[in-house]
Amino acid sequence: MSRTNRSSLIAILVIIGGLVAVAFVNSSSLGNFGITLLSGLFQGMLLFLVASGLSIIFGLMDVLNFAQGAYFMVGAYVAYDAQHAGGLIDLTQAIPDPNLRFPIAVLIAMIVGALLGIILERGLLRPLYARPIYQLVLTFGVALVMAEIIKFLWTTTPYSWTEVFGVRDSFFELFGQRFSTYRLFVVGMGIALIVLIALLLRRSRIGIIIRAGVEDREMVQALGINVQTVFTLVFTLGCAIAALGGAVAAPFLGASTTLGDIFLLQAIAVVVLGGMGSYEGTAIGSIMVGLAVAVAQDAAIGTSFSALPSITPMLLLVLVLLLRPSGLFGNAR
Amino acid sequence: MSDQILEVRDIHTFIGQFHILEGVSVGVPAGNITVLLGRNGAGKTTTLRSIMGLTPPARGQILFDGKNIAGKHPHAIAQMGIGFVPEHRAIFRELTVHENLQIAERKHGDLARKSEFIFDLFPDLQRLIDLPGGNLSGGQQQMLAIARALVPDNHLLLIDEPSEGLAPVIIEQLMAAIKRLAETCSVLLVEQNFRVASRLAQQYVIIEEGHSPASGEMGSLIHDSDLIQRYLGVA
Repeated sequence: MSRTNRSSLIAILVIIGGLVAVAFVNSSSLGNFGITLLSGLFQGMLLFLVASGLSIIFGLMDVLNFAQGAYFMVGAYVAYDAQHAGGLIDLTQAIPDPNLRFPIAVLIAMIVGALLGIILERGLLRPLYARPIYQLVLTFGVALVMAEIIKFLWTTTPYSWTEVFGVRDSFFELFGQRFSTYRLFVVGMGIALIVLIALLLRRSRIGIIIRAGVEDREMVQALGINVQTVFTLVFTLGCAIAALGGAVAAPFLGASTTLGDIFLLQAIAVVVLGGMGSYEGTAIGSIMVGLAVAVAQDAAIGTSFSALPSITPMLLLVLVLLLRPSGLFGNAR
Repeated sequence: MSDQILEVRDIHTFIGQFHILEGVSVGVPAGNITVLLGRNGAGKTTTLRSIMGLTPPARGQILFDGKNIAGKHPHAIAQMGIGFVPEHRAIFRELTVHENLQIAERKHGDLARKSEFIFDLFPDLQRLIDLPGGNLSGGQQQMLAIARALVPDNHLLLIDEPSEGLAPVIIEQLMAAIKRLAETCSVLLVEQNFRVASRLAQQYVIIEEGHSPASGEMGSLIHDSDLIQRYLGVA
């Protein structure tokens, strides 16, 4: 193991160990400690769904997609709409069973996210690849436009998820405490996705091309590979995964126009602290930030530091950058 | 049709606002090694990058197998059968040696078909197959960069400064390998080391301040000390 990897590993162990220790000390019982950990992992997995796309898109294309949070928000609205009666996509008649309707609602959200991703990449971003500042302004503008379209379609009133389905409404008991099965389901799905994307990057030809493109895009082209097609694929995949995140978050967090902003800011912190463009860094960074936010939420209860959870990702980012200026797995570039 | 696999005709290339190539012409006969000679900053690397479409020429023609490739995308040019070994090798450092070779496949099975030839040419690579490219020495990286260009069926290889920064013993190995691979395809080489260039190439083109003032048989250049002194500064 190289010295850089060793110092990254030590930093990760110290930070995660510290967070778990603080969570343990702060908790009044083992049950509470478990709830904080599960809540941290749940938030970490949702963050991963936004940050993974952000990180891979940045690494390969040098595009910091400020609209990634908006795709998360679109996912939440579309899934909500498809699951509940009276919306734009009313599936309640066609699929009366809410347990069956939910995965279809999630799938529709992913398809909408993917289609919007293709439109943004092919239609708007492609002419601006040589102009990074224009791209930044464009994606920021697209996020604002998407938020306005959502307000037009679904009004500004936040939606709370009311249509219960099996896994959303079930609980299990551990250490005398009730745990949400749905949170566990999202954590499991997030872990499965981390493994799946890692396998895609490590084992498939497209994964090798993406990893090579992160290092040297020009050389990939000189080997006869059409990088533009790979850009479209990666961008679409990143947007679809963000929409998936929003869709699975909606049963817990509902759908609101501020949802995207919260996750985007945290995801940017994850991508930078993990090391720009590093997939491993993004996965570990997401878990770290999720845990840190959960610990901060727990610590803020009953105190006047209600802003603590929202500033925690940035505090963690500062701490990591002080230890490793290029992020946990980043190369100085 | 001429017996030249590549004809670069009076190309002009700009990088930003700088007019780097101001009318370069290069001919590469099929089955030969042709070398671009010239001082640092003369435009040799830009000539290779222009052929590859990485810094496309603003005007002029580049004929490969009789077809004009100027203005085509780099991936389309590569797919026509041109392999590129850039300056500083451009090895993917995080990818293993095997992955570095695998990514160069244009048809499924290219690597399996060529591996015997490649490992015969560079036996070290077989031993290092699972190591990340970044862990290789400079010489090994250069071998990998050339091997990568040999995976698909290329008819022309563009090799930029293969001997740069390498020990004499490694340079000898590389020279032998380039001579052998030139039996299977044509080569356009950029080489600062005149001794290496004169032993490898049959043809030369001199690049000087964005122009190509002289070209011909390497055999005649070796005896033309005036030309060597004027353009290459080699006594």
